Parts: sequence; C-alpha cells; structure tokens
Amino acid sequence: MGEGGLAASRLDEFEETLLAVDRVALRKLIGSEVGVPSLQTMEDLFVPVLERIGRGWEEGRVSLAQVYMSGRLCEELVDGMDIPAAPVAEGLRIAIAVMEDSHLLGQRLVYSALRVAGYSVRRYGSMTLEPLIKRVCDEGIGMLLVSALMLPSALRIGQLTERLRRASPDTRVVVGGAPFRFDDRLWLQVGAHDRGVAAGDAIGIVRGYVAGRSA
Amino acid sequence: MTTMTSAERLGTAMSHKEADRVPFLLPTIMQGARELGLTIEEYFAKAENVAEGQMRLLARYRHDGVFGFMYAAQEIEAFGGTTVFRDDGPANAGEPPVDWEDIPTLEPPRVDDCPALVRVLKIIELLASRLGGTVPILGVALSPYSLPTLQLGMESYLALLYERPDLAERLMRVNEEFCVAWSNAQLAAGAGAIAYTDPMASPSITPLAMYRRFGHPAACRTLERLKGAAATGLASGRAIPIIDDLVRTGTVGVSASVHEDLAEMKAACRGRLTVMGNLNAIEMRSWTLEQTVSKVREAIEKGAPGGGFVLTDNHGEIPWQVPEDVLQAVCETVFQFGRYPIRFREE
Repeated sequence: MGEGGLAASRLDEFEETLLAVDRVALRKLIGSEVGVPSLQTMEDLFVPVLERIGRGWEEGRVSLAQVYMSGRLCEELVDGMDIPAAPVAEGLRIAIAVMEDSHLLGQRLVYSALRVAGYSVRRYGSMTLEPLIKRVCDEGIGMLLVSALMLPSALRIGQLTERLRRASPDTRVVVGGAPFRFDDRLWLQVGAHDRGVAAGDAIGIVRGYVAGRSA
Repeated sequence: MTTMTSAERLGTAMSHKEADRVPFLLPTIMQGARELGLTIEEYFAKAENVAEGQMRLLARYRHDGVFGFMYAAQEIEAFGGTTVFRDDGPANAGEPPVDWEDIPTLEPPRVDDCPALVRVLKIIELLASRLGGTVPILGVALSPYSLPTLQLGMESYLALLYERPDLAERLMRVNEEFCVAWSNAQLAAGAGAIAYTDPMASPSITPLAMYRRFGHPAACRTLERLKGAAATGLASGRAIPIIDDLVRTGTVGVSASVHEDLAEMKAACRGRLTVMGNLNAIEMRSWTLEQTVSKVREAIEKGAPGGGFVLTDNHGEIPWQVPEDVLQAVCETVFQFGRYPIRFREE
C-alpha cells in the first residue's frame, strides 16, 4: 500500500495525470477509483501526491509549471467537494503574504497545497513591513507564511521576525521563496521558525505545528 | 603566453580554447550607484551615470566585460509596465500590464518610443566610445518565451500556456519581433553580444515538452535573426536536460545553475556551448574570504580546463549586499589560480 492507504500504483497514476495536466483523465480517475471525493480522498491521495510533486521539483524531476497546475487541479477538485476548510487546525489562524513584491505565484502555490490539505489560509498578497505587522497582530495570526522572490525582500523578513517577537510572540513565521532555496542558512539568519523549499512542504510544517500544540 | 585583452580572452574561451587565463564577469549591475554616491533610482535615471559606474567597476574588479543593462523591468516599460525602485536591490517590475484579452491585438512596441530602452542604447554607445573594442559590452534581452512572466505575471502566464495555447503562440510572435528589434538595436549601438535571458526554458520552470512547443521554436527563430552572438541565461535554473535543444537554437553559451554539477555541465556542453557560472550569488553575501577562495577555485577546476568557460555568478546579478572584500577576493583568486594551464589543488 502507498503513503495514505491507497496502492502505490494508484498514487503513481494520479501523479502522472496531474503532471500531464489532463483534466478529463483526472475526473475519470477520481470517479472510478475512489468514488465520490471525500475528506479521506484528500488525505489519502491529494496530500501525499502533492507532497511527492513538491519533492520532485526540489530534485529537478518536475517543473514549477507542473507544481502550479497540480495544485490548481487538486484545488478545483476540493472546491467541488463541498468540504469545510480547516477541519484540523481549529484555533490556529494561518496567513500567507508575499514580501514587497507584486508577483504572487509563491503565495498561490502554498495556498493551493494547504487548501487541498484542508486548511483555511488568509491571503494577504503583497505586503510591506508595517502593514503586515499590524495585520498579523490585529487578526491574531498564529502562523504567518511569508514568501520572498528577491534577496532584499528576504532580508526584510529579519525585521519582521524581530518586531513580531515583541508584538506577537506566539506567531510562528515560516519562510519560502527563491533566496531561501539558494542559501540554506538564510531562514535562520532572518529569525524564521521554519522554511519550506517546495510549496508542499507547508503541509508538513503546519501539521507538525498543529500536532505539537495539541500534544 | 602574452596577456590578452578581455575581448581576446572571451573570444578564445568561447572558441573552446584556453586563453591566458579564465575570463570572468561580475554582473555588478547596481553597484555603480555606490561608486557615484547615488541612490539606485538616481543612478539609473541617466545614461552617463551608468556608463561611468560601469567604467569604475571595470577598473576596480578588472573583470572581462561591462554591462549595457539596468534592470529586467526596462523591457516591460515598453509594453506599458512600471518599474519599482528600492534602495537596497534591483528594480522590480510593477503590476503586469497585459491581460489575456489584450493579446489578439497586441503589437510589438517600438524601441525608440521607450525612454528606458533609449537610455540603455545610450549607455552602450557611451561605453563603446570609451572602450574601443578592448572590453566586450554585454547587452541583455528577455526571450519571447520569458517576457510574458512580466507582461502577464507568472500565474496568469502559466495558465495561458496550458489553457490558451493559441494566445500563447500569438504572444510569442509579438515578443519575437520586439526581441529581435531590441537585441539588434543594442548590437548596433556597440554591444558585443546579447545575453538572451530565458529562465522559462529551464526544466526547473517549464516541462521539456512545453519548451519544445513554444520556447524553443521562438528561440530558433529569434536568434537566427540577430546580427551578432547570443548566449542563453537561465537565471539559476537547471540546464543539463536541454543542452541539445539549446545548441540547436544557435546560442553560443549557457548559464550554469548551482543546483547542477559544474563538471557534469561542462561535459554536456564541451565543444558546443560555453558554460557560464556558477558562483552562488545569494550565498556569496555571507562567504568568508576562505570560502570565497575555495568556491572560486572549485569552479575553475571543474569548468576551466579546455576553455569554453566563463566564471561568473549563476543568476546574472551580484546582489547589493555582497561585501566588497568578497568581490575583491573573487578577482584575486581568478588572477592567482585562473591562469592556464590550471593548477589543481591536491586531494
């Protein structure tokens, strides 16, 4: 059996269909193999496959375009399932922002992954330092995911974490984006609590934190 | 061997022969502002500033080229886009100026109608008049396949490629006309070669089949019409799976990612494409001097033997935050250990 209770071959087939961006085959596959999509489908199929695709990107086997489209296709399926978001993260408010950049693909990738995993995430879009701090404090955000595309924006997160330590000490800051992929120590230097290399990493990071809180 | 000029050195290396030493380029695009005591926005406001800045950086680092380039968004200004300046890094493109519904009637803008591009041409002309052909001037053009990341925004563009290939094809054709005109204008102004910037071509960004459907034909058609040489930059993306495809575009070189082994990259390109790379410019910000020497020597040992190699960073821009002493250490290491024949470190 595979990662979530389904046969490994079924996970492979689902992954291949997602990477081929074949909507027709995808709906057929979901309908015939797992019946009516459900919360269990998300858990057993969508989440492990999206995580595998994320690892594939890290290892150079999968392109960013395929990561993006896979997340979107899964999101479309989830949206059609009428499942309430955030069934497992009650009480944890999660937000995602892009630091000082109007190019928002990173936010979209992470949002899709978390949405498919059942989490509700507030999308802040492009933010500068002061408005972001205020919004995190005002809204009681417990986990802030911050994406940066360029090095100066990534370094600005150092000021963000320092200020949040005083203003909102319980907020965990998780970073991602190109500068953090090219420098393995940068996330530590900016004082983040964690780093995601691929969008799918966000699922494990949120799950780990939720599990730790309830332990 | 007698000392070569930078033009001779780069020419020899790109002919896949060993020059007097390894040619190297530090893409210090913004750092001229520091030389002149200006903000980055003030620096790029006048061609004279940038030309003077590039000349001072050439004197400081003694590398093998200067850059007729300001920022990636310079081309998007021609399509009605905006540029967002900051004091501590490269100018960024603002909101994407093109929507899907604009594409059927979109026309390539004229280079002469865009003040930012006219300024770049003046930078190149000023540098050419001061350098007299001894040091190559490098122009830059975003590929037809990669320009839409700024025209539409990345998310919208990826969706377009999958969902409206007809519009993607039309956009590619518009961008080809613009890219050819823009590249040839830079070559006419005095650029020695064009950095054909095509990050979307990397299998890190789009799958091979998609590149072969859109990006590769566009590159073949575009480079064929250029009145000078072009080398392909993938902006840190992986290249090895598409080396054969790149060779067929007519490009003369390709950037190397830090995520690929430089020796493997060199083997894949040997005798066909010059490899350019692959110092990690993001990490460089916090390198010690010892690390700097080690990283530069490693790159030289893997890339330099036999020629066909230019030492540079893996992205095409040295960040503002990289310390001066690190850049100086890069230069000194090249001068000390980059002379041919290459001396290898003992295991």
